[in-house]
Amino acid sequence: MPMLLHEARLKRQSIYDMLFRNLTRLAAFCVLALLAAILASLVIGSMPAIHAFGFGFLTSPDWDPVNDKFGALIPIVGTLITSIIALIIAIPVSFGIALFLTELSPRVLRRPLGVAIELLAGIPSIIYGMWGLFVFAPLFADHVEPWLNQHVGTLPYIGPFFSGPPMGIGILTASIILAIMVIPFIASVMRDVFDVVPTMLKESAYGLGSTTWEVMLKIVLPYTKVGVAGGIMLGLGRALGETMAVTFVIGNAHELTKSLLNPGNSISSALANEFTEAFGELYTSSLIELGLILFFITFVVLSLARYMLYKLGQREGKAS
Amino acid sequence: MMLDLYTRRKIVNWAGLTVSVLAMGFGLFWLCWILWTLLDHGLPALTSSVFTQMTPPPGSNGGLFNAIFGSLMMTVIGTLIGTPIGILAGTYLAEFGQRGWLAPITRFINDILLSAPSIVIGLFVYEVYVVHVKHFSGWAGTLALAIIVIPIVIRTTENMLRLVPSTLREAAAALGAPQWKIINFVTLRAARAGIITGIMLAIARISGETAPLLFTALNNQFWSNDMNQPMANLPVVIFQFAMSPYTDWQNLAWAGALLITFSVLTLNILARVLFRQSASAH
Repeated sequence: MPMLLHEARLKRQSIYDMLFRNLTRLAAFCVLALLAAILASLVIGSMPAIHAFGFGFLTSPDWDPVNDKFGALIPIVGTLITSIIALIIAIPVSFGIALFLTELSPRVLRRPLGVAIELLAGIPSIIYGMWGLFVFAPLFADHVEPWLNQHVGTLPYIGPFFSGPPMGIGILTASIILAIMVIPFIASVMRDVFDVVPTMLKESAYGLGSTTWEVMLKIVLPYTKVGVAGGIMLGLGRALGETMAVTFVIGNAHELTKSLLNPGNSISSALANEFTEAFGELYTSSLIELGLILFFITFVVLSLARYMLYKLGQREGKAS
Repeated sequence: MMLDLYTRRKIVNWAGLTVSVLAMGFGLFWLCWILWTLLDHGLPALTSSVFTQMTPPPGSNGGLFNAIFGSLMMTVIGTLIGTPIGILAGTYLAEFGQRGWLAPITRFINDILLSAPSIVIGLFVYEVYVVHVKHFSGWAGTLALAIIVIPIVIRTTENMLRLVPSTLREAAAALGAPQWKIINFVTLRAARAGIITGIMLAIARISGETAPLLFTALNNQFWSNDMNQPMANLPVVIFQFAMSPYTDWQNLAWAGALLITFSVLTLNILARVLFRQSASAH
């Protein structure tokens, strides 16, 4: 019965097909389940703290393990401030690097320089932390912070932010190290989106007599602005969740200070420092709620980033 | 004196481009500074005892052997757990994901997990595993690392499979091959170099991860190859030793930092070279 044998084989193969398809689908489903499980476990873990403090947790500056009073205001503010200062430093630098790599660099150097910048992203964050603590912070305390105190600290309005003891360890140091860490991420997204600008657009502008700078500012940047914003949000997402580098240099002080030179705290550094030593259910649960807040913030920021990059991709598809 | 428009534009252009070159220099400057610091502090501390002795109590001699071993164990097993799931899910996204709701949502969620804070992954594993078995362990650390590997592998697998020309798939289908054979023996093979690159990048990423190990594998001062016990690992040992006031601990931390950074950077460069060679071979 050769006919039947053949049919049985076909049938077997189609069963294998179905099995394989469902196996891959199951793996894809695992990713969704993973996200759901992360969210659920964080919510369950932080339930005692949510019950005890409610929404007041978000706005209370208390952090008193002895009397079981906890609030997330100081770590949240620390996380946001360090990330925003890091972005203020990193955005112009990343733009310069992307401009250099796409327009100015000699062809031979383009690849090695691009790889060098990406290697900056490859260095583990704990190394940034160690380097920051042992090398950067002492130099910063000896040479930069006294200067800031004298020259910027006396100015009206912005003065109070830059006056304080020059200890080297504090919010500003953490921000600068964060900036160095996110530069490669933002720069490589910017370089990639600058590369999608149609050459014809750029050449038309050059043909009309524009300078390189004008082409960048008036042609490339408007064309890619959504993608650039996406890259910046991606960098912000990185900066918000960065743990080890910040933990080394931020000082881990639960204080709300006006001066950027003073030590502060961030969500991730509070977790890294206190979680294994936390005693009592409420303490642990408050720390887990901090983790939940951090996850929520980065989730929103990263979703926005993906949405913007997706928008740019869509337009690119339409143009061609 | 008013400059004419032409000169002003030239000056602005010149200034802008100079700043761009400076920005590039700024980026390279930090890379060189950090690498130089590592060599400067790490090389003198990198003696043969680092590879043969256990982590010491403060004030006595020792090495990092148990930490290196623990890191290798957790990285290797974490990669072995995470990679198959990642490759399968990436295959689904690239080969079966044209229709339906699952693929776009998975792709989106995966992109988020790719850059989610790793300390939250540590918290998650603590909540679902460490709390229930009531002690820190090597397995918990491995699990956390595997969760970090998955999204990276999914991303590169999908991208690499999409680069495989569909004529290859059609040729195999025309010869009568069923779909599972086409994917396993034709497309995945064609994309092999790219996928291996992705796995290498994932290994590079997890070998330096510290935050997720703090609440999972913790640390262990002694030799242990029992994955059910707290396990020493390089990143956490570096963290603990660097934060300590003892100079001999700090020196060991520098040696460990040098080891980690150069293995991670070597992996990064190797992955790129490998990918480039296979891309030019096509």
